[in-house]
Amino acid sequence: MAKIIIPTPLRKFTGNTATFETKGQTIGEAIQELIDNHQALSKHLLDDNNKLRSFIKVYLGEEDINSLQKEATSVAENAVISIVPAIAGGC
Amino acid sequence: MNTYKISIEEAPLNVIYRHGEKAFPYECCGFLYGDEQNGRRITLAKPVANSKEGDQRRRFEISPVEYMKAENYALENNLSLLGVYHSHPNHPAIASQHDLSVAMPYFSYVIVSVMDGKVADIKSWQLKEDKQEFYEERVKIETDTFSPV
Repeated sequence: MAKIIIPTPLRKFTGNTATFETKGQTIGEAIQELIDNHQALSKHLLDDNNKLRSFIKVYLGEEDINSLQKEATSVAENAVISIVPAIAGGC
Repeated sequence: MNTYKISIEEAPLNVIYRHGEKAFPYECCGFLYGDEQNGRRITLAKPVANSKEGDQRRRFEISPVEYMKAENYALENNLSLLGVYHSHPNHPAIASQHDLSVAMPYFSYVIVSVMDGKVADIKSWQLKEDKQEFYEERVKIETDTFSPV
């Protein structure tokens, strides 16, 4: 099964587990399966329109899904999906 | 008055200070690692490049690839990724609206104020549950830590 890597700041919403195995065939299905199992993640990952928040990136291996087919990107059997929060700011 | 606290060992503190002064007048940034066995304790600070395009005197950004490397580093070295540090050149160590807008829960956001090239202050912030504002974590500097040769 494909694996989703949960970023450290969101692991308190997944019972402190760092990874989630998914049967999702696309990135969108995989993320939805994750949220269905850990509903407290929803407000941190999705906006009011049920879309990924702008400051959350999703990578398939080392590729940003925005440079692939976004949520429709196919997920291979042993794929590694990373949820990456934006790290930014300033004075 | 809150009782939230973050301990930072001398070695990572010096990394943060040196990085802030070296990068001045631009913002520096990096990751903070450690453990939470007896409260949150920072044992390692690792500088990363400020990848913000444009004026880095008022903004910083860490690339997603660097973020993924940081998560891997924590796993491989049995450390917890506990937060991020960055500098505020010629500004106080107060978390800004820009800092708040993309902040994540759980992480400590350590800010070092660098005035005219010299470190002036350090503060740490963590996002409240409601995600609307930060609370300040009292920074405790650990000076009695053992440093292996």
